[in-house]
Amino acid sequence: MFFATLEGLRRFNIPHKFEFVSIITLYAKWIRNGRLQVTPEWNREGLRFAVQDPCKLVRQGLGDEVAEDLRYVVKQVVGEENFVETWPNRSNNFCCGGGGGAIQAGFTENRMKYGKEKFDQFDRVKPDVVITPCHNCHTQIMQLCDHYGGRWKTTHLWNWLVKALVR
Amino acid sequence: MPKKANVKLKKIKAKIKEHINEAVPQSNINYCLTCGLCVSGCPASGLEGLDPRKFLRLIVLGQDEEILGTDWIYSCTMCARCKYACPMGIDIGRIVYELRGMRPKDKRPPNLQRSCDLQKKSNSTGIPNEDFVWVVGDVLEEVHQNEPDWADLKAPIDKKGAKYYLNQNAKEPTVEPEEMVPLWKILHAAGIDWTYSSKWWDGANYCLFTGDPQDWEYTVRKQAETVDSLGCRYYINTE
Repeated sequence: MFFATLEGLRRFNIPHKFEFVSIITLYAKWIRNGRLQVTPEWNREGLRFAVQDPCKLVRQGLGDEVAEDLRYVVKQVVGEENFVETWPNRSNNFCCGGGGGAIQAGFTENRMKYGKEKFDQFDRVKPDVVITPCHNCHTQIMQLCDHYGGRWKTTHLWNWLVKALVR
Repeated sequence: MPKKANVKLKKIKAKIKEHINEAVPQSNINYCLTCGLCVSGCPASGLEGLDPRKFLRLIVLGQDEEILGTDWIYSCTMCARCKYACPMGIDIGRIVYELRGMRPKDKRPPNLQRSCDLQKKSNSTGIPNEDFVWVVGDVLEEVHQNEPDWADLKAPIDKKGAKYYLNQNAKEPTVEPEEMVPLWKILHAAGIDWTYSSKWWDGANYCLFTGDPQDWEYTVRKQAETVDSLGCRYYINTE
């Protein structure tokens, strides 16, 4: 989880020689510079995709820049016309309700109530797929979809990126 | 002129507030205007009878017993949207973190504490490091056998001097190992020189959520030492 390492290195002044980066930033960079070649051709049926902005990566991590990178990658992979935006978004997006250890903490009823806001956000735009680049978001949004009777499939980004690869 | 009322009020004792002002001065707790913007932006508003504004009021007004007892601190996800909305920059998530840490370990949600305790040994699901190494090898072998297009796919572990170090959320090797394969394929297609480590490989980092800075520091320090000992220039976080 991005913020834990980013902020941990900062707050505790931990010496290190490496640069700490997100896979999303790299996907975007590699597609932009041609190192990764992708095409949305596989998406002939026009599956509609929405994304979750993980708080620990976006608002508390790299900000709107990585949120833009995420959208860029998704649009390249699924086709720009097949991307649906939710509101609010990017650094101002809602937490899914699974963050901060909430999934482990066990107050499930509260967690589902918390996530109603997130469910409604997606339900309004009726995506076929919600991409969640964070494991807590993934578990929570999948459970929210189940709990409130949504119809989308919740997945990671890599499953679609690999489908779109041109080798 | 009305007579001056002779009202005797006891001075409020707000020990938690004093503690927070000292421990987290950047939380700016005294600046709260009680405007409520935090509440309107917070999906945890109303849970356990609290919301960010009430939570802050309880602290300021010295309702220490109530503050120490509320489980609202585990429904707040420390997502920082309230801080993002707050005109005074008050960091409520940071205060929640501090309060989680003030709870004795045996009074915390057991599964949350357990995830951190396991993470301190190696990874948050508690699988042995050897199992991680074995699962990676096993899944890779399956790809080699079943997918001729990916016969040269690699999943290096402890490769010294690789340009990129990659962590992996422990959920994958533990319960859905096939989910690691797309990532390997993407890195392979991009021609990336990367490696996992056979220790401290988990990117979940649950010790941020229990509230103990020493536990959090310990796990991040171990990760940093591991990546530096491999000599990787970039540490890629997969989520």
